[in-house]
Amino acid sequence: MALIQIRSLAKSFGTSKSLVKAVDGVDLDIQAGEFLTLLGPSGSGKTTVLRMIAGFETPDSGSILLNGKDITNLPAYERDVNTVFQDYALFPHMDVISNIEYGLKVKGVEKSERRKQALVALEQVRLSGYENRKPSQLSGGQRQRVALARALVNRPSVLLLDEPLGALDLKLRQQMQIELKQLQRQVGITFVFVTHDQEEALTMSDRIAVFDRGKIQQIDKPAAIYERPKNSFVADFVGVSNLITGSSATAILGKSGTYTVRPERITLGNVASGQRVANGVIKEVEYLGPATRFLVELDTGISLVALRQNTSQSSVDVEALRNTKTTLSWDISSEYEVAG
Amino acid sequence: MRDLLNKRAGARAATLISLPLLWLVVLYIGSLFALFITSIWQIDTFTSKIVREFTLQNFIDVFTDRAYFNVTIRTLFVAICVTIICAVIAIPMAFFIARVAKEKSRPVLIALLITPLWASYLVKIYAWRTMFYPEKGFINWLISPIGLSSPGFGIFAVIIGLTYLWLPYMILPIYAGMEKLPTSILDASSDLGAKSARTFFSVILPITWPAIIAGSIFTFSLSMGDYITVQILGGTFQMLGNVVYQNFSLNLPFAAAVALIPVIIMMVYLSSIRKTGALDNL
Repeated sequence: MALIQIRSLAKSFGTSKSLVKAVDGVDLDIQAGEFLTLLGPSGSGKTTVLRMIAGFETPDSGSILLNGKDITNLPAYERDVNTVFQDYALFPHMDVISNIEYGLKVKGVEKSERRKQALVALEQVRLSGYENRKPSQLSGGQRQRVALARALVNRPSVLLLDEPLGALDLKLRQQMQIELKQLQRQVGITFVFVTHDQEEALTMSDRIAVFDRGKIQQIDKPAAIYERPKNSFVADFVGVSNLITGSSATAILGKSGTYTVRPERITLGNVASGQRVANGVIKEVEYLGPATRFLVELDTGISLVALRQNTSQSSVDVEALRNTKTTLSWDISSEYEVAG
Repeated sequence: MRDLLNKRAGARAATLISLPLLWLVVLYIGSLFALFITSIWQIDTFTSKIVREFTLQNFIDVFTDRAYFNVTIRTLFVAICVTIICAVIAIPMAFFIARVAKEKSRPVLIALLITPLWASYLVKIYAWRTMFYPEKGFINWLISPIGLSSPGFGIFAVIIGLTYLWLPYMILPIYAGMEKLPTSILDASSDLGAKSARTFFSVILPITWPAIIAGSIFTFSLSMGDYITVQILGGTFQMLGNVVYQNFSLNLPFAAAVALIPVIIMMVYLSSIRKTGALDNL
């Protein structure tokens, strides 16, 4: 049985005149010990689902079961879940160790015991020695770690993370992604992670639930989400969509429907047998370092993005390729049909 | 002239603040200084004219005469009572306006709160006088059926009157402090297992403490210096302001010495709360 079972969850905001369906019938099973990411653009309902699991919002309808027990209408302070907030939400008047001890103190854990556990948690997030700092004396990354320790020290069944890395710079964010994943394996707690960053979702998650307009569009392993997107929204949001549809599909693929090919599967120039071929003109060239991205306008009218790894041979002046004719090709097995 | 001002940002800033600075130095600090100077002069006991000769006799009188010491203690007591009562009423009210009431109704509640400030001080105090009037006052009429009678004029009426007058000055800074409290901090407390009361005492109150202290500066100093409310509601009860008022025409140097007492108390109070960060909340 799943650790968390969410059934037909719905929540609207606003007045009856301008009602916005933030969450519109979500069914979701979260397994014990997994790292599940709720991925979607802002306003897609992912954060609202997280806040309803935490108990900060009450659903209009539907139910949430934790360990088989209905927690739908339980107040936040009675739920065995903890949250890491986007803005960290550390208590500014308490030092680091008091922040971490807060949850244990509220539960009535004896002083020396809660100090011991708090120090262990602080060590887990590699902040030993910072016990007596105030949150205002810490950097963004350090506050993030304190927020993590403050939640983890309570040993919740589920840890909810609401875009926790959003405020960090790129380098630190990538480092924290790795650390978070390691920490999750180490403590074995279920993580439910909200983000709008598809790359972050792909690197960290065991499974990804892609949200759009209050509904889950697809839920699967990262590779499956990326390789076999269920519909054009998922294909577009997770990576570059490269949708081949309508007359182009008939012309190039010889069949009707909507198909997608990932940019790195498309080859520029040299065509091998048994492959799809399309002619076009290179409209944009972007040098990315490890690879170069080409935007090619096909003769059939659609545009496709192709990604080419940079090698010593290919390190010619890529800008010169702009507005030149080219041929794109890809293996038939690389194209994947998506629902419109 | 204009070129000079444009070239030198410092000169421009100096010109800009010169008028307010003049106001502050001459009228405010100057008058405080005049008060201090006057307090070390003396008076010709026969003509009641000021003799500009140095003496510490006024201070010696103030600090050695038991009666003035008692007035100081009474004044402090009233100021502290008013401040505490204001805080006890203001904290839940500010919390309600800032965090419980709907966002749309907040401006209305704030307007209601400051409406009494538009009415004349005297009108409000005379209104309270009719309330406290012994035998025929409103309070007496209200509580006489249960065998009680109005406390009449005195320290109790003064404390109630001053609390009523200065309450908005306590609510507004606390409201401002509570309004800028991030919702996520309250969520976090609840998320970590704390019920509302716990969150209130462990999180909301300590974080808004500087705002409460900021409010207390108003209620405390305004109560310390008041003498009109005391005259109207106090009956025979007197505070430092009344002593100053009575000696003002008879013995100005002595009145000045008495008037310095609340100034000194306020300075001690302000310097003791500097660390709380309350002064940043004004």
